[in-house]
Amino acid sequence: MTLQSRIHVALQDDHLHQALDGNYLRSLESRSTAMAALPDAEEVRDRARDIRVDTLAHLDVYLEQLESQVTNHGGVVHWAENAEQAATLVLQIAEAEGAQLVAKSKSMLTEEIGLNEVLQHSGLEVVETDLGEYIIQLRGDRPSHIIAPAIHLTRTDIAQLFETHFGLPNGVNSQDFRRDVPLLIETARKALRKVFLDADVGVSGVNFGVAETGALCLVTNEGNGRLVTTTPRVHVAVMGIERVVPTTFDLEIMLRVLARSATGQKISCYTTMVSGPRRSDEADGPDELHLVIVDNGRTSLLDSELSEALLCIRCGACLNICPVYREIGGHAYDSVYPGPIGAIISPALGGLRKYGELAQASTICGACKDVCPVRIDIPSMLIKTRRQHLETTGGAPTWNVVMKVWSWAMRWMPAYTIGLTIARLCMRLLSRFPHYTLISRGTNASSVPGFILPTFRKLWKRRKRVLS
Amino acid sequence: MEKSSNMQVQLFVTCLVDAIHPRIGEATVAVLERLRMSIGFPRGQTCCGQPAYNAGYHREARPVAIRFLDVFEPTEGVIVTPSGSCAAMIHHGFPELFREDPYNLSRSKSIIKRTYELSQFLVNVLGVTNLNAHFDGVLTYHPSCHLLRDLGERDAPLRLLHEVQGAEVVPLPRAEECCGFGGLFSVKMSSLSEHIARRKTSNIRASGAATCVTCDTGCLMNINGHLSREGHAAECIHLAQVLAEQEIP
Repeated sequence: MTLQSRIHVALQDDHLHQALDGNYLRSLESRSTAMAALPDAEEVRDRARDIRVDTLAHLDVYLEQLESQVTNHGGVVHWAENAEQAATLVLQIAEAEGAQLVAKSKSMLTEEIGLNEVLQHSGLEVVETDLGEYIIQLRGDRPSHIIAPAIHLTRTDIAQLFETHFGLPNGVNSQDFRRDVPLLIETARKALRKVFLDADVGVSGVNFGVAETGALCLVTNEGNGRLVTTTPRVHVAVMGIERVVPTTFDLEIMLRVLARSATGQKISCYTTMVSGPRRSDEADGPDELHLVIVDNGRTSLLDSELSEALLCIRCGACLNICPVYREIGGHAYDSVYPGPIGAIISPALGGLRKYGELAQASTICGACKDVCPVRIDIPSMLIKTRRQHLETTGGAPTWNVVMKVWSWAMRWMPAYTIGLTIARLCMRLLSRFPHYTLISRGTNASSVPGFILPTFRKLWKRRKRVLS
Repeated sequence: MEKSSNMQVQLFVTCLVDAIHPRIGEATVAVLERLRMSIGFPRGQTCCGQPAYNAGYHREARPVAIRFLDVFEPTEGVIVTPSGSCAAMIHHGFPELFREDPYNLSRSKSIIKRTYELSQFLVNVLGVTNLNAHFDGVLTYHPSCHLLRDLGERDAPLRLLHEVQGAEVVPLPRAEECCGFGGLFSVKMSSLSEHIARRKTSNIRASGAATCVTCDTGCLMNINGHLSREGHAAECIHLAQVLAEQEIP
């Protein structure tokens, strides 16, 4: 399906709109309340940006520091250049352990490298333990938001799904089940608890790797991240090369803006710091800790004019505020990374030919830039992506001609004058068709003075004549 | 109202106003003349290049932007435009277009120093908020995205509106949401644009205002198209048109 047809499908989906509208209002309000309550919020955002900029400027240094600290704690660090290498590394670690069941906490990077498919293909059972991701997995669906993967679903959808998979709890009818959120959560919790205890390998993402200490920071709200990283015998953390922070002090700044931007919380329910496997004097923890650091196009992005996109800390605030995302949701983007930042990252990492068109789905309103905790200039990067997409694909022939003619007519006054006349005539004609979707869109000719009045420059000329 | 006599102003009226909404240009002239500005209209002006720039057609946008520089560079005084979007294009788009063209980059920089969106010019440069305007009716204000976010202007248009006699200014719910225009976006992705615009018109309806005021002709056309299509009585007009109205003695 083309982008246009995916958008068309999404726009017809009232059920989706119901789910997205709820998210829009809730998330915006909670974010702005949380930000307003943060003293010196704007300064904190500036500092967060500075930290990210500094990190990217010295990425090699911080990554090497992180590697040696993780190694000092008894962890094993692996480097993966691309998606295939990364997924294979995780598979090899799991196979060496003789693993059968892999428990995962939410990680967009593992979606990006297609890890689940690789593991499942080799006969491993993989279970997502983040509630949203678990729902998605049960449905055979794809995440539609980087923070809230099941945001396109309503409570009723989820109740129906659970009823099909687990049956109704004793003495509860379908109607009540749909209304009872705690009971729905309890249903998933029961199923997942067994997974945590039985899993041989736990796979997690990494929100931030602290270079100074080697601690891997995981931010979750359900505690599943903590269980995945402690109960299985082996913990494999998968991290993008850009997700490093220099110091614990810097981490604290990042955490201040992350949870507020993502979910409107002061801090997430669980902020887990993983420093190596279980030590001899510790009761809990895995026997092995592996950190897989993944490039997958990030180094070349770092050297490009879109390098700012690597500042992103995946909070999802730009998705929540985007007027386009609000109408079409995440699936219409058909990429692991949807929304405004997704329209930049997806083509940058996955190729302009495949994903470049996503940048068209934006009014360039700039609301994303307003809420971005690290002030990424998303609108201007969307424009750059549009340019790159044109340069790569050659552009649509019709638009190429339109733009060439336009550019020429704007420089040659006789053509400009004739162009204006034609444009005015066309608009007057089109305005007669109430459903024609051009700028005029069913505007009554009488309500647009330009259809009957002369151009401004003619009025100006007349006026000068009268005055003189 | 203060009189800043005979200050030289060059009007960049914008292509949309020139072609479709000449009354907005006339209103802008009326407002500036009330302040005793001496107004020039460089006749070679066409477009700032934004439609092509935003669409990624930078090779096509560049010569149009150069033409803008050629036309306005030899003129005297400040350049005022009744459009937040076109002013933002000059302020932010030109430096990006000419990033690797030092000559035109430096020309752009001196043009940028002289270029103002109308409400910012009136309030921030001239320090004028009361223009002795009189407009009977209930007004609400739609901040266009580029004036609001690219130029960072939240207050100037509202300060001007609050001084208009006879007008009651009511808040627009979710005012800072985009109207869905987005230039060529509204053509390329028209149904998506429509869905976004419908939210804007329903918020205008909810505001209770008969007139929605904005500082960009693009938003104005888009919003008006939808208002009239949906059969709303409300209408969207340009800030200059409100300020140009005076009490008939």
